[in-house]
Amino acid sequence: MEITFETIVFFFLAAFTVVFSIFTVTTRSIVRSATYLLFTLFGTAGIYFYLGYTFLGSVQIMVYAGGIVVLYVFSILLTSGENDRAEKFKRSKLIAALGAVVAGAAILLFVILKHKFMPAISETTPVETDIKTIGHLMMSSDKYGYLLPFEAVSILLLACIVGGLLIARKR
Amino acid sequence: MEYYLIVSTIMLFAGIFGFFTRRNTLTMLISIELILNATDINFAVFNRFLFPNGLEGHFFALFSIAISAAETAIAIAIMINIYRNIRSIQVKHLDEMKW
Repeated sequence: MEITFETIVFFFLAAFTVVFSIFTVTTRSIVRSATYLLFTLFGTAGIYFYLGYTFLGSVQIMVYAGGIVVLYVFSILLTSGENDRAEKFKRSKLIAALGAVVAGAAILLFVILKHKFMPAISETTPVETDIKTIGHLMMSSDKYGYLLPFEAVSILLLACIVGGLLIARKR
Repeated sequence: MEYYLIVSTIMLFAGIFGFFTRRNTLTMLISIELILNATDINFAVFNRFLFPNGLEGHFFALFSIAISAAETAIAIAIMINIYRNIRSIQVKHLDEMKW
């Protein structure tokens, strides 16, 4: 594959996402971990934009970066105690966890790289799906419509609001 | 296409590593977010490269984002409640379930 502008952009996005996702789990302070999670989510949104799913990327930025990370930061500041730094682990446990993770990643990468995926169309340029198609599909009850999951998610969010209020209220 | 899968694999196992090695419930939740995010990337990538005419993976990723938002909200509510009761959210202090 020749080096084009798009491959450079992709490798930048991939390196950004991977590096910050590793930083997220290795840093000691919780607030810093949440900040790195935010950068990881931005990188993921960039990958969605690069794939041509503009709507998915903007939903990712709005919901994750706008909602969830703010929620995390609030709850970290609410519950930060004197011992919110990650405590030291025993070295053997840390090495065991690292070994398990590296072995699992090696097996999974081996399977992925060995498997021959059937490419539908080789090297298609990403076409952007327009928002009108997404809206029609989301609201239609045809064969490829998503009205039922849409309504189920709305019920789930309603139950989530009620449950969150019920659990976190002062008593 | 394999490059995207490598990215999501590394992100998944970073999440699993964080889940193994952290003893704070909030950072464990952050690790779960990483795992869910890796699956979302996989949905979008498989849809784009294997079935470029459909939108199934796109919608799956969309609903998965909604479900993980709901899950995070509930989990943070539970953690604030735990903090209110025992003044700590470390896992080692959570040794009884009644209050």
